[in-house]
Amino acid sequence: MREISYAEAIREALCEEMRRDPSVFVMGEDVGVFGGVWGVTQGMLAEFGPERLRDTPISEAAIIGAGLGAAMMGMRPVVEIMFGDFLLCAGDQIANQVAKARFMSGGKANVPLTIRVATGAPGSSAAQHSQSPESWFMNVPGVKIAVPATPADAKGLLRAAMRGQDPVLFFEHKMLYAERGPVPEDTDFIVPFGQAAIRREGTDVTLIGIGMMARKALEAAAVLAEAGISAEVIDPRTLVPLDKATLVRSVAKTSRVVIAQEAHLRCGPGSEIAAMLAEEAIEYLDGPIVRVGARNVPLPYSPVLEGYVLPSVQDIVAAAQSFWPRR
Amino acid sequence: MVETDSGSEKPVPGALNSYPREFLATLFRRMTLIRQFELRAIEERRGGLIPGFIHSCVGQEATATGACLALEPGDVITSTHRGHGHLIGKGGDVRYMMAELAGRSAGYCRGRGGSLHMADFDLGILGANGIVAGGIPIAVGAGLAFAMRGEKRIALAFFGDGAVNEGAFHEAANLAGLWKLPVVFFCENNLYGEGTPQSRQAPVADLAVRAAGYGFPGVVVDGNDALAVYDVTREAVQRARGGGGPTFVEAKTYRLRGHYEGDPQVYRSPAEIEAWRARDPIPAFRRRLVEGGLFEEGALAEIEQQVARELDEAVAFAVQAPLPAPAEALEGVYGDTCGGLVF
Repeated sequence: MREISYAEAIREALCEEMRRDPSVFVMGEDVGVFGGVWGVTQGMLAEFGPERLRDTPISEAAIIGAGLGAAMMGMRPVVEIMFGDFLLCAGDQIANQVAKARFMSGGKANVPLTIRVATGAPGSSAAQHSQSPESWFMNVPGVKIAVPATPADAKGLLRAAMRGQDPVLFFEHKMLYAERGPVPEDTDFIVPFGQAAIRREGTDVTLIGIGMMARKALEAAAVLAEAGISAEVIDPRTLVPLDKATLVRSVAKTSRVVIAQEAHLRCGPGSEIAAMLAEEAIEYLDGPIVRVGARNVPLPYSPVLEGYVLPSVQDIVAAAQSFWPRR
Repeated sequence: MVETDSGSEKPVPGALNSYPREFLATLFRRMTLIRQFELRAIEERRGGLIPGFIHSCVGQEATATGACLALEPGDVITSTHRGHGHLIGKGGDVRYMMAELAGRSAGYCRGRGGSLHMADFDLGILGANGIVAGGIPIAVGAGLAFAMRGEKRIALAFFGDGAVNEGAFHEAANLAGLWKLPVVFFCENNLYGEGTPQSRQAPVADLAVRAAGYGFPGVVVDGNDALAVYDVTREAVQRARGGGGPTFVEAKTYRLRGHYEGDPQVYRSPAEIEAWRARDPIPAFRRRLVEGGLFEEGALAEIEQQVARELDEAVAFAVQAPLPAPAEALEGVYGDTCGGLVF
């Protein structure tokens, strides 16, 4: 299969859906002429024009609120939020309007709105441009949350979001945009929400990696293999809905689990997964549920400080090895 | 950019002739329905049928009705926490409204929304809103959809004087002005943002001046004069429909009851309320219709009785409607639950 980058995969999904469905359009800060600060929408303006690739003011509440209104009226907007940190500028629109419109209206509002968000730490970007805010919105019923870790998932999950009926927060990790991988060319290729991927099979310990950390968990698994530990790596792919069954099945097999996230440890996505496993898989576990994540301080600027706060491959390896203290 | 509609204070009786009789009857009927609906809802809340709080729009019937009657059926509105009048103005069914307030499955939102979230997409009512200014960006998005598809529909956002100090208003107004979207920003200025007067919330007397910063006109109108509201809104609607972009309509009015039922109203005097009661829009319009010779007293009384009967039926409908099964609360959060996984 041909290989393309994560950013190209997202662009392909956008272009293919825009060709297929006139109700799809893209709007956000610098998505048109600039091509998006992450380069995702580069080159699209020539084909789709400024009406369907709309540059907006720096105005997150209006971008998401207008996306909601357009979605309610039958459009399928894909809006881009440049940094996940900026989602809070539109906090009311996301948590009180977008998420609840269908429910509050007794099912009258259909909200096929995709909110693409660049997430995670790109390096020395400090506390307001580096966060992983996925779990802030896991506590808000009504939105779905995708955390694609591969180019193929980025394309397949984005298409699922764009063809769906519900609002989706689509978290694209900044450090994944340039990563390459095989991506199907089928213009109907979809990765359904709620289906975790087993990235590597193993028998001794389950590593659950969220977003970027799915990749780091794979690297950790390779290191662990050299030490004679067989790690199974699971990528949940979507946090809402969460494929509990696949996670529980893996833990039942390995009896040990490490959950890795780039978000701050306290009340991050891993906290929810840990609670779920405690409720539904405790009888399979031979040790504590171990979480790996960013330390509970704002993300710092200096690489020395940032490296200390963010979770690393080595942190995952060490967490897994802690199950065998004498090894 | 602010124009004051000075002619609306002292109506010229002859001017009534320029409106179709049927239109005037509808205007009177809807204002009456709003007033009676609110009073009936308050009564039923006291009686225990309605569990939640009510922000009544008693005194503001002329803004809701005048603005909504300036719209075409395909046009849409977003509403506010004080939204019952907007729904009725746009043709909402009081049976489903009362049932919703009573928390019944037969209500507009199947008992999930209550007063603050009633919606009827078939009538172009995209929802009341519990967040001040929350619905304005949504109206702008609806306008964007219409503009992109080349449809001659418009969106009207109702909001109060408190909303113009919220960021959502400013962001939405900027976007609509920038893109010349078919949106009417309709500000019902009832002089109080909850318990604080406008003078202590904004440094300007006319909120319509805010529109100038976003490149579209702002107009001030007497919000207790339904026909003046209708005329000004009609112009704004035509401008929007014709591609001329948004207009900010500031309709100055007054809520004759508290911010919510039970509000002790320590922030204003009984004398002030009484002074505004003398300008109550419904009796004023009623007098105008009779004195203008267009309607017999009896014809209007009959409308009032019809409305009362309609509300008796609405209450009976709500009382008889079954309560939802508790587990219905789990339905309708998502359009696609991914096989139940999202819960």
